[in-house]
Amino acid sequence: MAEPEKKVTLIEKLGSMDRRIIFLLIGLAVLIPIIVKYSTSIPTSPLVQTLFDKVESLPPGSKVLLSFDYGPSTAPENQPMANAFARHSFEKGHRVYLMALWATGPRQSEQLIEEIISVEFPDKQYGEDWIHLGYKAGNQGLINTLLSDFTAMYTTDLDGTAIDEFPMMEGVESLRDFDLILGLGSGFPGTKEWVQFAGDPGDIPVGGGTTAVMAPLLFPYYPRQIVGFLGGLQGAAEYEYALVKQHPKFGERSRLASQSMGPQAAAHLVIIAFILVGNITYFVERARRRKY
Amino acid sequence: MEEQAMLATPLAHAIGVWIGALLTLMIFSFLYKDNPFYKFAEHLFVGVSAAYWMTVAFWTTLIPNLFARLWPSSMGSVLPAVADNQREWQYAIPLALGLILLTRLVPRIAWFSRWAMAFVIGYAAGTNFTRYLQSDFVTQVQSTMVPLYEPQATTMATIGNIFSQIVVVGGVICAIIYFYFSKEHKGGFGRAARVGIWVLMAAFGASFGYTVMARISLLTGRMDFLYQWFTGANW
Repeated sequence: MAEPEKKVTLIEKLGSMDRRIIFLLIGLAVLIPIIVKYSTSIPTSPLVQTLFDKVESLPPGSKVLLSFDYGPSTAPENQPMANAFARHSFEKGHRVYLMALWATGPRQSEQLIEEIISVEFPDKQYGEDWIHLGYKAGNQGLINTLLSDFTAMYTTDLDGTAIDEFPMMEGVESLRDFDLILGLGSGFPGTKEWVQFAGDPGDIPVGGGTTAVMAPLLFPYYPRQIVGFLGGLQGAAEYEYALVKQHPKFGERSRLASQSMGPQAAAHLVIIAFILVGNITYFVERARRRKY
Repeated sequence: MEEQAMLATPLAHAIGVWIGALLTLMIFSFLYKDNPFYKFAEHLFVGVSAAYWMTVAFWTTLIPNLFARLWPSSMGSVLPAVADNQREWQYAIPLALGLILLTRLVPRIAWFSRWAMAFVIGYAAGTNFTRYLQSDFVTQVQSTMVPLYEPQATTMATIGNIFSQIVVVGGVICAIIYFYFSKEHKGGFGRAARVGIWVLMAAFGASFGYTVMARISLLTGRMDFLYQWFTGANW
C-alpha cells in the first residue's frame, strides 16, 4: 500500500530554504540602494571623535604617519578612511608620511594620491608636505627597527630618491619623532602591531582604522593604548560626518563611506529577518518534535 | 605619439575595468555552484598575488636594503641615490641566511634551512613575547582596574563609570572563572562560570556583527563597481 504523501508546511519550507535564495536577496538588498543612491549619515561616536579631535588639535606642521596595511580586497572599507584622514591632515597643515607594511599598500596610497592629494590639494608639495615611502618587508620587525632607527630601513622614497634630500625628512630619526601614527589595517600586520610595537614602547600616539572584522580586537586598547579608531565602514562614515561638520567645505566629496552605509543598512535588515525566520522555524520544529 | 599615449591610457583603463568586472562575475558564480569559471578566476588570483608580492618585495626591500648596501656602485643604475655609499659588509649575514633558507629546494641539504628558520623563529618569538606581555597582558590588567571615582566627573558620569567598571571587572573575572577547570563548576563558582559564558557570548555576538558588516561592506564595494561598469560610469 502506498504511503500517504506528507504535506510540507510553510515552516518546513522556510527551514530548508535554498541558500541561493538568501544570496539573491542579500544581493538585491545591496544593489537596490546603490541604484537609488540611498545613503545614511552616522553621528560620530566617542571612539572616533577622540581620534578626530587629536588630528584637529595637532599644530600645523605636525608629522603624521599614514600606514597602508591593506590591499584591494578590503579597499571598500579602508580607502574611505585613508581619504578622510588625508583630507583632514592636509586641511590642518600637517605633514603626511605614506608608508606600508603590506606589499599591496603602495597601490592603495597611489590611489589616494591620484584621487585626493593631486585633485583636492594640488598646492601641497612632494617632499615638503607629503612623501611616499612605500613598502618594506618585515612586519612587526620593521616597526621595531623604525622605532630605533627610521633611516635604517627607509633609505629612499618609493621612486628611489635618497631620503635625506627631502626637507620633511629632516629631524625624522625614529618613530618617536612622529606626532601621530595612523595605521590603516585589515589583518596582520596592522593597527594592532602599531600599538604593540610602536605606541606602547615608544609612547607615541597611535590611532587608525581597521576592517570591521579586526575592530573587536582593538577595543581593549581604547582609551589607554590607542587614541581612537575607525571600526569598519561605520567608523569611516562617522569620521566623514565629523569632518564635514567641522570643515563644511568638503561637503558631498567626503561621503564615500556614508554612501555605502545605505546598502549596509538594507542588507542588515534582510539578515536580521533571516535570523528571526531561522529561529522561529527552529523553535516551531522543536515544539512539534516534542509533541509527537 | 603623445596623442597616442593619451588615447591608450583611457583604453587601457577601460580594458582593466572590463577584466575586473568579468573576474568579479566569475568569482560570484560560485554562489550558484562550483564551476570552471570560478576555478580559473581563483587560480589566477592566487598566481597574480604571489607574483605581485614577490616582485614588490624584491624591488622595495631586497634591492635598497640588501643589494644596495653590499654592492652600492652596481646598484647605481637602479638607485642613483646610493651609488656613492660605502659597502656595508655586515649585510652579508642576512644574505647568507637568506640563501641558506633556499636550500629547502634541494632535499639532500634541506636540513640546512633550519638554521635560518631558527633565526627567524627565535627573533619573532623573542620580540613578540615581550611586546605581547606588555601590551596585551600587563597594560590590559591596568586598563581593567581603573578608579571608580573621578573627582572632576559629574554625578551621572560617576554613576555610569561605576556601572561600566563593575561590568568590565565582573565580566573579566567571570570569563576567567569559566576557563578555570581545576575546580568543579558548581554552586557560586558554577554560577560565576555561567555568567562568564554570557560574557563570552556577548563578545562573540559583537564579533559576528562586525564580521557581517565587513562582508557586506566588501559586497557593496564590488556591487558598486559592477553597477558602474554596467552603466559605463567607470570605463
